[in-house]
Amino acid sequence: MTKLVGVKENLLFDYACRLGDDSLILGQRLSEWCGHAPMLEVDLSLANVGLDLIGQATHFLALAGEAEGKGRDADALAFRRDVLDFRNCLLVEQPNGDFAQTIARQFLFSNWQELLFRELGTSTNLAIAAIAQKAVKEVAYHARLANEWMVRLGDGTAESHARLASGLDWMWRFSDELFEVDAAIEPLIASGVACDIRKLRPEWDGIVARVLRDATLDLPKPRRATVGGRSGHHSEHLGHLLTEMQFLQRAYPDAKW
Amino acid sequence: MTKNWPLWEVFIRAKNGLSHRHAGSVHAADAKMALEAARDTYTRRMEGVSLWVVPSAAIVASDPGDAAELFEPAADKVYRHPTFYVIPEGVKNI
Repeated sequence: MTKLVGVKENLLFDYACRLGDDSLILGQRLSEWCGHAPMLEVDLSLANVGLDLIGQATHFLALAGEAEGKGRDADALAFRRDVLDFRNCLLVEQPNGDFAQTIARQFLFSNWQELLFRELGTSTNLAIAAIAQKAVKEVAYHARLANEWMVRLGDGTAESHARLASGLDWMWRFSDELFEVDAAIEPLIASGVACDIRKLRPEWDGIVARVLRDATLDLPKPRRATVGGRSGHHSEHLGHLLTEMQFLQRAYPDAKW
Repeated sequence: MTKNWPLWEVFIRAKNGLSHRHAGSVHAADAKMALEAARDTYTRRMEGVSLWVVPSAAIVASDPGDAAELFEPAADKVYRHPTFYVIPEGVKNI
């Protein structure tokens, strides 16, 4: 793997964990729908999105393991870290709720992730660039699917509209965190490894406003942003998710098929 | 009002140059969502490069009861099969 010039490897480890954990945790959340979605077609589409995300996580966490240099691979990072060591944003760990709430979360996240990966496609870290170039095509579809569902549910029946408005209201407070930049990222932005996500906010706001207009939904009222995921301060939901996701490796370490 | 969304028939073109072939069907509320459901249901394993969806209600089907008059007369017209030609080497799809 290419060594980075002028970037401390633990920063790269941290950044790769953020990227990987976002995808991993949302992938796990979506997999909870498997066998429970309202229609077979929806079941498959959510599972497809979840699998795409878990694939991305595998690449990013493998990169994190290499950057760390302590012999941990993607599986070790996914299944042997405890909740405080996860670096995903709070949005992705939020409960599925009903289908509308799941779609609201996907809508906010996938439109953000598409912009992020578009920019990371030109990262000076060639591994990140390669993963982002592959993943941006997957994510463009996730965003498209979520945007279509936003319009169908928002401009659907009175009940679907109300459920979506309430799901969006729940998820909205976690959107500011997506655009947060902290001291751990600044050097990576300077060296062109990370992208300055703050610059993408106006474009994201524009997409969100357009879809919400088509979905006949009001932009949720501004509320105090809930942050902390990037430094390991998670909501209560992540621990419960991990107990399920990590059960096998914790109960039977190194179990093999 | 029925509980299910309308049914759509899905056709996939496996690669450029081939025609679209029927793959199955999906339920969806409208054409756009039918296309996405078809993508998610039938192209997970690189099955194709192009998709068509058609409302199942728009398909006009032959009556199975008419099968005798429609199809059986072809049974003894063996000369209609292009089996008396030598297929040039290197032709993959014919």
